[in-house]
Amino acid sequence: MSRRTGKRTFALTGVYAVAAGTVVGDMEGKGPFGPYYDRVLKDDLFGEKTWEKAESKMFQFAVDKAIEKAGLKTGDVDCLIGGDLLNQIISSSFAARELHIPYLGIYGACSTFSEATLLGGLLIDSRSMDCAVCATSTHFSTAERQYRMPLELGTGRTPTAQRTTTAAGACVLRSRGPGVRVTGCTLGEIVDWHIKDANNMGAAMAPAAADTIAAHLLETERAPGYYDCILTGDLGHHGSEVAIKLLRQRGFDISKNHADCGIEIYPADADVQSGGSGCGCSAVVFGAFYLKELMNGRINRLLLVSTGALLSPTSTLQGETIPGIAHAVAFESGEEG
Amino acid sequence: MDPTLRPENYDAYIQKNMPKSNLIWDLARAFFVGGLICTLGQGLNALGMEVFKLSEDQAGMLSIVVLIFLGALLTGLGVYDVLGKFAGAGSIVPITGFANSIVAPAMEFKREGYVLGVGAKMFAIAGPVLVYGTILSVAAGIAALLF
Repeated sequence: MSRRTGKRTFALTGVYAVAAGTVVGDMEGKGPFGPYYDRVLKDDLFGEKTWEKAESKMFQFAVDKAIEKAGLKTGDVDCLIGGDLLNQIISSSFAARELHIPYLGIYGACSTFSEATLLGGLLIDSRSMDCAVCATSTHFSTAERQYRMPLELGTGRTPTAQRTTTAAGACVLRSRGPGVRVTGCTLGEIVDWHIKDANNMGAAMAPAAADTIAAHLLETERAPGYYDCILTGDLGHHGSEVAIKLLRQRGFDISKNHADCGIEIYPADADVQSGGSGCGCSAVVFGAFYLKELMNGRINRLLLVSTGALLSPTSTLQGETIPGIAHAVAFESGEEG
Repeated sequence: MDPTLRPENYDAYIQKNMPKSNLIWDLARAFFVGGLICTLGQGLNALGMEVFKLSEDQAGMLSIVVLIFLGALLTGLGVYDVLGKFAGAGSIVPITGFANSIVAPAMEFKREGYVLGVGAKMFAIAGPVLVYGTILSVAAGIAALLF
């Protein structure tokens, strides 16, 4: 059973991340993790008529692939926990319609992947369930029309803007291995430091990321160096700089072991301003690359901190500030002890 | 030494320290591309008057119609957004950009149907220009009548 080691932190036992399924768009496939994804789409419509349908199909593909790679059948899964960025989280729910698995749809903007993993971890740790699939998806073309402008509109982008990734990832959590142990989690609090610029979500989320990482380290009494990698979701280049600075201010130096999925997902020379974003981003970077590294022991301890900006087009138009959130999940390779 | 960041001074710090668009370079590109589009319009005007012997009004209409057609065509071919990314305001402000701002949402929302998709969303971006343009032209008309 989980042990609460602080106000927001839980130590988990008997939870294993056993497999992941990932699918990305063409541009993401050209990034450094290209060979690691289960599928790279040449056509980002994925044979469908609309981008929304394509995103939902990607979500379903990732879930099916993860279950298959775990050596399980859909019927073995106790619960699907997932979400995406579209209104009423239709990509996840419409995919779940085809899957016939009990389904918990959640929304945490781009923090959704670690939120799902955290919930799945707690459910399995409590012995309520034996197997949960945690999945998220995003699609550049669906997000762009919902949050920004039509695709063919000729406008420029500011240097702090980020590109929503076309990506769907799913991770299977089980009550027994072999797999990577999920050893703890820290729940995020909303942190809003009054950023209003929807083109600078990295800056809006950085205080939330710093807050959750600091809370995790304090409540587990660990130093940043305990982890081989502290992997934030989608702070991008500029948001990462600020988060590192904010943590240094609180006495934690993560500059040596920090990585950000939004920075890593695209090739270094890609025209994506501050980097990638979207809840699919951390799901595929973690699922395709870092989970493998943990499994074969090249990385021993990793803290995944997916970060979310909880804004909507309406709140932006009404001049509201952007609330940020980040949830942390700790993964460790090898056996307990 | 940077100040200690707090919720109160954070936004100011971010605005000061985050990279900004390169204004001079942006302006130069906008000037160049915008100027090119306007020169094309002027060329069409001259063509109408000199070659087709149209009146000044008719020649003006000719260049507007051709530019709007080109803006819409290039949007449909997926070229105008690439140009817009480079030129910024240089390709939004001329009338070709106005065509782009109507055709782009019309293409985008076709899948939501012709009434509530294309019909309703077509003027999502151009709408404010039409509303305030009409109001201002009425005001200008009244002013011209009075003075």
